[in-house]
Formats: sequence, C-alpha cells, structure tokens
Amino acid sequence: MAFGPYLLLATLEGLVTAAVLALMALGLSLVFGVMRVVNVAHGEFYMLGAVLAWWVASFFGGHPALGFLAALVLSPIMVATIAFLAERLVLRRLNYEPEATIVATIGLLYIIQQLALTFYGPDARPVQAPFDMRIALPWFGYSGYKLAVIAASILLILVAWILLTRTRLGLIMRATQYDRETAQTFAIPIDRVHAGVFALGAGLAALAAVLIVPIQQAHYLMGHDPLLLSFIVVIIGGLGSLRGTVVAALLIGLSDGIISMFFSPTLAKMLATLLVALVLVFRPQGLFGVAAR
Amino acid sequence: MAAVTPPLLVTRNLSRFFGGLKAVDRVDFALPEGQVRAIIGPNGAGKTTFVSLVCGRILPSSGSILFDGREISHEPAHRRVRAGIAYTFQITSIFPNLTVFDNVALAAQRHLLDQKRVRPTEKTLQDACTKALDQVGLAQRASHRAGNLAYGHQRLVEIAMGLALRPRLLILDEPTQGLSDEEIEAFIRLVREIRREATILLIEHNMDVVMALAECITVMDQGRILAEGPPAAIRADAAVQQAYLGG
Amino acid sequence: MMAGAKSFWLHVAVVLVLFALNFLLPEYHRGVFSRAMVLAVFAMGYNLAFGYTGLLSLGHAMFFAAGLYGAGLPIYHLEWSAWPALGTALLAGAALALAVGFLALRTAGVAFMIVTLMFAQVFYLATLYFGAYTRGEEGLVLPQAARALPLLGWNLVLTDPPTRYMIALTLLASVLAITFLLVRSPYGRSLIAIRENEERMRMLGYNVFANKLGAVVVSGVICATAGAAYGLLFGYIGSGFASIQYSILPLLWVLLGGAATTLGPIIGTLFMFYAVDLASSYTSAYMLVVGLALILLILFFPKGIVGTIRERWLPWLP
Repeated sequence: MAFGPYLLLATLEGLVTAAVLALMALGLSLVFGVMRVVNVAHGEFYMLGAVLAWWVASFFGGHPALGFLAALVLSPIMVATIAFLAERLVLRRLNYEPEATIVATIGLLYIIQQLALTFYGPDARPVQAPFDMRIALPWFGYSGYKLAVIAASILLILVAWILLTRTRLGLIMRATQYDRETAQTFAIPIDRVHAGVFALGAGLAALAAVLIVPIQQAHYLMGHDPLLLSFIVVIIGGLGSLRGTVVAALLIGLSDGIISMFFSPTLAKMLATLLVALVLVFRPQGLFGVAAR
Repeated sequence: MAAVTPPLLVTRNLSRFFGGLKAVDRVDFALPEGQVRAIIGPNGAGKTTFVSLVCGRILPSSGSILFDGREISHEPAHRRVRAGIAYTFQITSIFPNLTVFDNVALAAQRHLLDQKRVRPTEKTLQDACTKALDQVGLAQRASHRAGNLAYGHQRLVEIAMGLALRPRLLILDEPTQGLSDEEIEAFIRLVREIRREATILLIEHNMDVVMALAECITVMDQGRILAEGPPAAIRADAAVQQAYLGG
Repeated sequence: MMAGAKSFWLHVAVVLVLFALNFLLPEYHRGVFSRAMVLAVFAMGYNLAFGYTGLLSLGHAMFFAAGLYGAGLPIYHLEWSAWPALGTALLAGAALALAVGFLALRTAGVAFMIVTLMFAQVFYLATLYFGAYTRGEEGLVLPQAARALPLLGWNLVLTDPPTRYMIALTLLASVLAITFLLVRSPYGRSLIAIRENEERMRMLGYNVFANKLGAVVVSGVICATAGAAYGLLFGYIGSGFASIQYSILPLLWVLLGGAATTLGPIIGTLFMFYAVDLASSYTSAYMLVVGLALILLILFFPKGIVGTIRERWLPWLP
C-alpha cells in the first residue's frame, strides 16, 4: 500500500484517540484546576465507566443501540455518584491537602481495581456499537462509528466550553479556581463546587470510556494507559487550561497514532513519558500555558 | 574618618520592578561598618524589597550590590548568608515543630561548619546556642517546642537565630511589630548589645525605637531614597514630614 | 544525653530480638521475616527522602530496581560473582538517584510527585523494551552457583534459609545504624528543618538544593542496596519490581509505621506483610487491603504506629 492511505488511516485513528483522550483529560484538568487535586484514580473511573457500560448494555436486550444509549446515560451518572461519595467521605476530610489527596486517590485506585477484578473478572468484554456502517473513503472503507465518536467528542467539548465560559456555573467554577478565599466571600459554596467538579470530572472519564468500549473491550486494567496519557495531555496543555488540553490531546493523539506505526509502542511510550517529565521540570506551565501567577 | 575603611554594604543604581511597579528604583546606598541604620518610610515604600535584594531573597532587575567590597548581586541567598548577611523575617519564620534549642542550633551549626577548623561537637554547638539564647533571654526555654511559645518569644527566637549565625550585617525587618511595651524596652537594650558585634540594618515603623537606636536614618518613598541623615536632621526635614511623619 | 542513650539501647534491643527470632521462628515465618526485613531496608531508604526530608516521591521503585538489575544482570549475563555485582548495584543506584534528583528537585510538591512517577515509569518501560536482556515481566532466575558470598574464608550460601535470615538482618541492622546516626547528626537536623521551613533554611545559609540532592542520593543508594540484596537472596529479578506498585508500597509501609521515625519502616513493613498474609487466607482481594489501608491511614492515622507512640508517650524516639 502507498504512503497516502497509511497516513490517512493513522490520522483517523489518531483523531479517535485524541477525541477520547481530550474528554478524559478535560475531566482530570478540571479537577486539578478547580480543586488542586491530582486524581490518580481518574483512570479507574474511566475503567469503571467501561465496565458499567458493558453491564448496562448486557442488561438491556434488543437492538444494540438501545443498550448503548442506556449505557451512555447511566454509566457516567453511576460513576459520578461514586466519585461524589468518595469526595464527600475522603477528600473533603483531608482538606484537599495535595500530598494527602494523592495518597488517598492511590488507595481509591487499588480499591476500584480490586472490586472490578472481583465482580467483573479478568476477561475483556466488548459492547456492541449502536450502529454498524462503513463509510467509503478514497482508498478504504472506515468505521462510521469511529467517525461518530470524533463528532460526539467535538460536540461534548463545545458543550463543556460553553458551560465554562457562558454560564453562571462556569463562572462559579472559574472563580473558585482563581481565588478560593475571594470566591468564599462572594458566598460561593466552595464545598459543593468541589464535590460537583469531582463528580463531573469522573463523569467525563466515564463518558469517554462508554464511547470507546465498542472499539476497545472493557477490562479491569484498561485505566492505566489512558491515565498516563491524560496526565501527559494535561501537563503539556498547561494545568487547568481548557484550550491547552484540547490542543495537547490532538497533538498526543495524532502523534501516538503516527509514531506507533513507525516505532515500537514501548519505545514510543518511553520517549513520550520522558519528554513530558522534562516539560514538567523545565516548563511547568505547559507548552501552551501562560506562566502562572 | 569613615573614608578610611570602605563601607560594609554599598548598592549602586539598584532597581527591582514587578511588572510596571518600580518597587525599588535606582537606589544608591552605603552603610559603614559598625553603624546602626534605620530605614523608614510609608507602607509600600520598598523597604522590605530593598533588604530582600540585599540578602538575596529576590534578585535585582538591575544595579549592583557590594558587600565588603565584593560584588554579590548574582550570588544565591545562602552564599550571602555565609558571607555574613543575616536576615530576620518580618513575618516570624521559625521551625514551629522543633525545640527552641534546635532552631538556634541550625543557625549555630551553619556557622561552626563554615569555620572549617574543627568539626562541630556537641559541646561547641551547645555553647554557641546557649550564648545566643542568653543574649535574647530565652535560655530557660531551650527545650520548649518553638511553636508553643508566646508571639513575643517567637520573635526573639528569630533574632537568636540571626545572632547564632555571627553575622557582620544583621538585617531586622520590623522586629518590634506586635510586641508589648516592656518587650520593646528589652529589645532596645538587646540591640544596643548586639551592635558591639555587628552592623545593624533596621526596618522599623515605631519612631521611638528608631530614635532610640539609629545613628543614621534613611527615608524611602515610592522605591527611592527621599532623605538620609542623623535622626535630628530627619526629624526636621520638611519633605520627610510630608511623606511620612504625617504632615 | 539521656534520651540519646535510651533510644540507642532500644535500637540494640530491636536488633537482638530479631536475631533471637532466627532460632525461634518456624520455617515459614522465618522466610516471611527475611523478605520483610530486606523490604524494610527499602522502606528505610524511602523514609529518609519522604519522612525526614519531606520529599514525597512516587518513583522509588526505580532505585530498588536499579539495584536489582545492577546486581542481577552482570551475574546472569557476565557470570560475575556476588561481591562485584553488589558494587555495580550501588553504583547504578547512586548514578540514577543523582540524575533523577538533579532534574526532579527543580520541582516541588505535586510536580515533584508526578515527575518522579514518570521517571520511574520510563525506567519500568525500559526494562520491558530491553526484554532481550531482562525478559521483561517474566524475569530472570539467577543461577544457584552465583548466589554465594565468600566472606573471610567462609562461603555464605544464600539459598540456605538461616543464612539468608542472618544476611537480611545484618543489612537491616547496618542501615538502621546509619539512619540512626544520620538523623541525629547536624546534616539530619538540617534535612528535617528543610522539610519544616525551606525558605528559612535558605536564609540560614543552607544550600537547600544540594542538601536535598544529598538526601535523594543516600536514599537511592539504600534502596538500591535493598534491591540488590533482594535479587541475590531470593534469586529472581523481573520488571514487576520496577512497576508503580513498588513505588507505592514503601510509601504505604512508611506511613503505616510512622514517617520520620527510625523504627517505623521496620514495623510498618512487618505489619503490612502479616496483614496481607492474614487477609489472603480469607480473600484474594490483596489490592483491596492495600487501598483501604492507604485511605484509612491518611484519614485517621497520618502519623503511623511509631509516630503516634512518639507523640503520645515517648517523645525521645528518633
């Protein structure tokens, strides 16, 4: 096959990765930006989203679209509820102290992973795509569902952007992000904002997972790599910046797709991780971020 | 007479800008060895920024700082401290979870390690700490947890740490803030004793303390030196009255 | 002085009790103790950085693994004997700690945690990438013949359980002595002070960066020693020891036993070993135990066992 088709395929696959990654990283970035909490369990919320999606979809019989749509609604809500409880029961009691919350979310990671292993098992299980359609491209046919994932992600990010910049809720969140104390004096219920943001962040991860399960199967260890990738995205994009997150997700998603066609995936991961660690050391505000206050 | 020995501290054209704000603006300053100098001025005049530039907590935008004739404006703070500049914080900054003794020992062991003649032993360390604590009158409380002391005593721990460094220049940033009248009296006596060993640069709002201690006063306003001279002259200066003394 | 003597004899007593246990413990528990003591050394190394200096690293598995591979690879591929392999292990640990410390210490707090996590991840991926030499997750089993330490005319056979126990104990006692002396020295005092108030230390004339770097290197070398000993004593080296889990475990052990206490890491490691052992007779949910322990500790017991004892009853514990 010629170079052109290869590149097109790699670009499309990269866009799918970027679409899912952007949603997930957005959740991580929101939680860090507003709460200053590094949520190490974010990957497990993603995994939980996928596993619950399988569970919901297999509960509903009939047309695959029915089960998928039910999962798309129910799974993120369930995950958000779990995150909400975790925030109330654990993180709040730690006063959001950065080091303590990292240790606590590591604990959460282990617990969720073990529960998934115990109740869901070690097998990988697929969820059927809501529709099965191939779209003819110049050189090959391509899964219509994957294109739909890209479209859905764009849509969701637009919604998030409007929510953050054009609504009162977004204003409250941004106010909390910039200056906790002042926000408090303006009678913003910081406490509820935090719980809501943590739930929202986890919900976004779950949403990303539901979108991906028809392509990748649900498995109890599936949260690990996306966690690392979304860390990379958030760091490169600049912590807490929406635009940076989206740009970085595109960059990482596309380069991941293209690089892994030429290099071994392990080497690619190694170099990417090293690069990001160095970005954090030498340019902590991210490649696209503005220097912090 | 002062011309024979060069001043201990000299700044030339020293500036520090924060964005558009000229916190310190082209300051020329000289401090002879052995003097007690007070810097006064309204809030935001740039006093703390100025001494922070001297001790290296922040770096200058331009200009130079000479300590004992040596250019130090690009040296990191810890080297300047070891060259003999000690800084006591405006907002008390001690080690609250350590004992008073350990607080002072951290300063004393730094000085002892730098002497390089002998390894600091338990004994030499103990002696140095006891001396500094005696000077400020806290020897009885050496084994207390520093964070449990009353505020006035915490300020004294701060000063004892400065003394234990055996500095040539001791910078005191608003040392009497929040102290009672008796504590201020004791502080004035303490500084009179310290001045026999070190040159003192004092930022102070309390004019009674300034008049009691300073041999020379520098008045700062909006990042610049407005006036400089002996206390009596400063008191009489019309411009100073206008800017600061509430004219 | 009194407190110094008291805590010195307490440490001697702990070592003597562990020595006696070699003759009292049944075979199975002697094995558990041997393993736990080597890993306690790992925890003690971690404690120096995390507990005493306040550097919360999430990547110490790389130092442990540097020792493990630093000793194991020359033995397996170059047929070296144990002593020189131990030397390369320590060198590997020191070099890695120096490089990682030099870069990571430019950051602080959360960024430091993530950077160390990422460097450790790079190390882990490297052990997979060079699978031709390391055989990745599957790992290597060291040849029986190489697992012996010739010492003063004796030949200590590392596969013999009582010998293994004694070597683990010797290592533990030496590292305990080193940390005991270190944390009571002027250097140890300055590390604790850096943890408490970094800016003040700078203004007392301390080169904070150099002091922290020193702490990371000493910590890394101790962890590498533990890794090398683990490889030599138990004969297996694999990528699993470089994984994130082995960065989290020492954190857990130190938190449980008590951060910034000399005996905490030992007690925490032993305690956790038996907690998991006990739990596994009821359930296979090993990760659940670890996860719950982490959350409960950080919520209700952040000072750990020895830390709480020190706070309530024995303020002289180092």
